[in-house]
Amino acid sequence: MVKKAVQRFYLAVIFLFLYLPILVLIVLSFNNSKSRVVWGGFTLKWYASCFTDETIMSAFTTTLQITIAAAVLSTFIGTLAAIGIHAMKKRNKAIMLGATNIPLLNADIVTGISMMLLFVRFTNLGFVTVLIAHITFNIPYVILNVLPKLSEAGRSTYEAALDLGASPLYAFYKITWPEIRSGVFSGFLMAVTMSLDDFSITFFTKGAGVNTLSTMLYTELRKGIRPELYALSTILFLLAFLLLLVMNIHSDRTGTAAVR
Amino acid sequence: MYRLKRQFLAGPYLLWIAGFILLPLVFILYYAFTADGSFTFSQVAAIADPVHRKALFLALKLGFFCTLVCLLLAYPLCLILSRFHFRHQSFVVFLFILPMWMNFMLRILAWRLLLSNSGLINSLFELIGIGHVKLLNTQLSVVFGMVYDFLPFMVLPIYNSMARINKDVIEAARDLGANSATVLIKIVIPLTLSGIISGIIMVFVPALTSFVISDLLGGGKVLLIGNVIEQEFMQGMNWHLGSGLSVVLMIFVVVSMALLNTFEKEGGSAAVW
Repeated sequence: MVKKAVQRFYLAVIFLFLYLPILVLIVLSFNNSKSRVVWGGFTLKWYASCFTDETIMSAFTTTLQITIAAAVLSTFIGTLAAIGIHAMKKRNKAIMLGATNIPLLNADIVTGISMMLLFVRFTNLGFVTVLIAHITFNIPYVILNVLPKLSEAGRSTYEAALDLGASPLYAFYKITWPEIRSGVFSGFLMAVTMSLDDFSITFFTKGAGVNTLSTMLYTELRKGIRPELYALSTILFLLAFLLLLVMNIHSDRTGTAAVR
Repeated sequence: MYRLKRQFLAGPYLLWIAGFILLPLVFILYYAFTADGSFTFSQVAAIADPVHRKALFLALKLGFFCTLVCLLLAYPLCLILSRFHFRHQSFVVFLFILPMWMNFMLRILAWRLLLSNSGLINSLFELIGIGHVKLLNTQLSVVFGMVYDFLPFMVLPIYNSMARINKDVIEAARDLGANSATVLIKIVIPLTLSGIISGIIMVFVPALTSFVISDLLGGGKVLLIGNVIEQEFMQGMNWHLGSGLSVVLMIFVVVSMALLNTFEKEGGSAAVW
């Protein structure tokens, strides 16, 4: 009995540790005073003004564009790559997986800097360079989510379908896709999460005038953060919370893992 | 025959690897080993400069403590979590991924408020009689921030490897008379070793190379090798020196990974998710 209580207490402390700063930010988003230490009463005004502030909205739009574009493209390239890698012989497979591990395990700062050195040699830094960098660090997450699903499925059913006269596209749609769908989906979700939360790599590959929420926050740190940003982040967080919650309930019902 | 054709689907990715993974590495190596157009080791050797060496050692020290604390927090946590019977394993992952949807910079900033002299933590300390403690802008607060940010990367691989343990093995050990401590040492820890190693790599590498957390929670007083490199690129504009130090950093990352992988017999790659 005591052991159970200790365990529950430990869990509570860890989750308090993880969620306390988020709680602070949510509270601040309702604070009527601009100061971060004084409580000036409850207000919703930051929620209204954050949608009319031009710099915040422009950074928000850029963040969304990069996150969605990078997640979609990396899911596409990564899924194709996983299917290709799955069909490879052992040695080629090992080489491909080794290369896949580079952006995953290399330091963010080194990845960012090395890409910046490449980009400035051929082009100007801007929206596209950030997008390319995000796709690069997202693809490994997609591959690592899809590949285990392919291994579970095995090759024989797909090849049997081809032997029986199915076109490769039809066989993919009927056999492979249902098997890997959940992996593709969780890979996509990981890509969105990583893109949304990235600072270091964006910081080095972005040009002047391009700002995501993270890089804008970094430049604003010295002036002090505007409360509108707490409000916007709270909205984003609550949306993600609802979305992930619904998906978890849904996946519990259907029995497929949405987030692995 | 079928397999040959399907391999071509990896074609776009192969081009991507060549263009955006390998070529950037060639560029950073080129910058690291040249100065004024001629080959030199001086940029890499600049790590021996007292300021740089100190920053590297401090990064190694804080990275080590951060990894150790993460491991000590995460392992009991995973043991407890693995006993709960969630209908879905994914729910645990969900709990640890969710905070990432609140902007990283803002979360660290919130810690700056909590740890400050008039913050919540210090008010609590005064309430229970410990008194005022300077928390912010110290090495301790930087390690604290790193542990906060990287803990999920230790928890998830360990939890995944623990969830894969066949419960029959543990029951068999108990039937044969093993107590809880023996089960933990002889069965659970060896079977989760790959998860532990993945976790250590996933925490140590970003901790060793971080520059934002030390900037925000160290108040410019904690200079890590990541900060030095960032300053060379963003303020000093000495790209050759910055690249040289980055290459040294890469060597440290590769060496520590190689060392860790010798503990793992199968030599499996670090799959986290």
